[in-house]
Amino acid sequence: METATANKEKPTNPLTYAACVLLGFLQRIGEMFLGFFSGVGRISAFTANGVRHSFTPPFYGRHIFRQLIDIGYYSLPVVGLTALFTGMVLALQSYTGFSRFNAESAIANVVALSITRELAPVLAGLMVSGRIGASIAAEIATMRVTEQIDALVTLSTNPFKYLVAPRLIAGTLMLPVLVLVADIIGIMGGYIVSVFALDFLSETYLRQTWNFIQFMDVFSGLVKAAVFGFIVTLMGCYHGYNAGRGAQGVGAATINAVVSSSILILIFNYVLTQVFFS
Amino acid sequence: MTANLKIKKAPRNIKLALDNVSKSFGNNQVLNGVSLSIPKGKSLVVIGGSGSGKSVMLKCALGLITPDSGTIKVDGMNTTGYSADQRNELMKKFGMLFQGGALFDSLSIWENVAFGLMQNNKTPKKEAREIAIEKLRSVGLGARVADLYPAELSGGMQKRVSLARAIAAEPEIIFFDEPTTGLDPIMADVINDLIIKCREELGATTLSITHDMASARKIADNIAMLYQGKIIWHGKAGEIDKPNNIYVEQFVHGRADGPINMDAA
Repeated sequence: METATANKEKPTNPLTYAACVLLGFLQRIGEMFLGFFSGVGRISAFTANGVRHSFTPPFYGRHIFRQLIDIGYYSLPVVGLTALFTGMVLALQSYTGFSRFNAESAIANVVALSITRELAPVLAGLMVSGRIGASIAAEIATMRVTEQIDALVTLSTNPFKYLVAPRLIAGTLMLPVLVLVADIIGIMGGYIVSVFALDFLSETYLRQTWNFIQFMDVFSGLVKAAVFGFIVTLMGCYHGYNAGRGAQGVGAATINAVVSSSILILIFNYVLTQVFFS
Repeated sequence: MTANLKIKKAPRNIKLALDNVSKSFGNNQVLNGVSLSIPKGKSLVVIGGSGSGKSVMLKCALGLITPDSGTIKVDGMNTTGYSADQRNELMKKFGMLFQGGALFDSLSIWENVAFGLMQNNKTPKKEAREIAIEKLRSVGLGARVADLYPAELSGGMQKRVSLARAIAAEPEIIFFDEPTTGLDPIMADVINDLIIKCREELGATTLSITHDMASARKIADNIAMLYQGKIIWHGKAGEIDKPNNIYVEQFVHGRADGPINMDAA
């Protein structure tokens, strides 16, 4: 603040002026750091609160069920289509590459491994972030803007239990299920292209996939999915809950939810891969 | 221990008391030592212009905003340091009519009205629905609206539903946030009548904030005026036309020129 007023006065001495500019610059860096850490602190506190209320009664069974259906069942078409075409394109691409050194037989392995370990969880996470993260943020932000969250409090209902916990629970439980389905559909996509377009023997392709794939490949993907499901719902709830005023606040909450959950998914994907496979 | 001592000190009939409550957001001092008290069963209306801190004061009294300093006492108990669970219990004494209604748009009208009953008192669904319909009738709405959703109702009807929800659990203290704002004059008067009726039937203590003088005259026992985060005038409803205070006079008569400068607000 002091430097801002100093800037307005426009000191005539060039040395004082330079000092003011430098101070303003340092002040901005300081503000950014403080903003970053207070943001991390707020998200951590929100997370702890959300997790605590997910494990303590009362539980809102009807709400959890509705979220399970919304996050799981209604995301199936989007996630399924993504997985199908990813598997298909993977088979096609690896064929063009591998046929140059007669390694076509590795296609089944490449498809199975990429889908289960990486592509199914990450792409499902990103798709769900766009579909569910955005809708959670918009819904909760609208409730905040129209004072519905305050109304919940005045009716002795904890908004964390009523709004946040059911979504966190449903997201963490349903994403692994979605990813398991995506694994199967993705591998099927690779199978369809290999057998019907690249003239592989159906039996050989399936046997290769089955023999090559290991428990850990699928399991690590499902653990990632659970983490991504938590991240998406958490970011949706956090940004919605802390939305600013009016329609603009709702819009900003939605953007922040999708962007932050997408980036966190990519970061945590790397961290989890490091944990599992090194 | 301290809370128990304070009970003895506090006058018995004071239901809700704010003592020297201050709140600021950043550099903006919104409340600057607000003190007021409401005897049991009485109605206090706080008037003031936009930006005078009325809403923040009401939210502090409700416990939705924690004040920076000062105490808020309900039945003589200081509630400012309450934990989330204690606050939940305290809220059962409160009913609140929000300015925009704040109805849950994902729930039907009767579920909105019966929300508190079903969540807290664990009233069975069928019984809760009957109570909700009865409460709707008491605010002049027929049983046919029970299964509609908030978006299907007009603003005045939403306000009535919100009132029905606020009184459904028969609270001891009811808060009204600009109950007549956004309504036509006739509907505003209907809501005023309903507020009076509800208060008389429940024997509740009420705190309202408004800038609608017609409403304030009608529903208030006492009126206080908030200006720049302070209570600058306090008196009986009948005294509002001879307040002996230039600020209150300007506000009551709705004059643009006077000591209150709206540009600064």
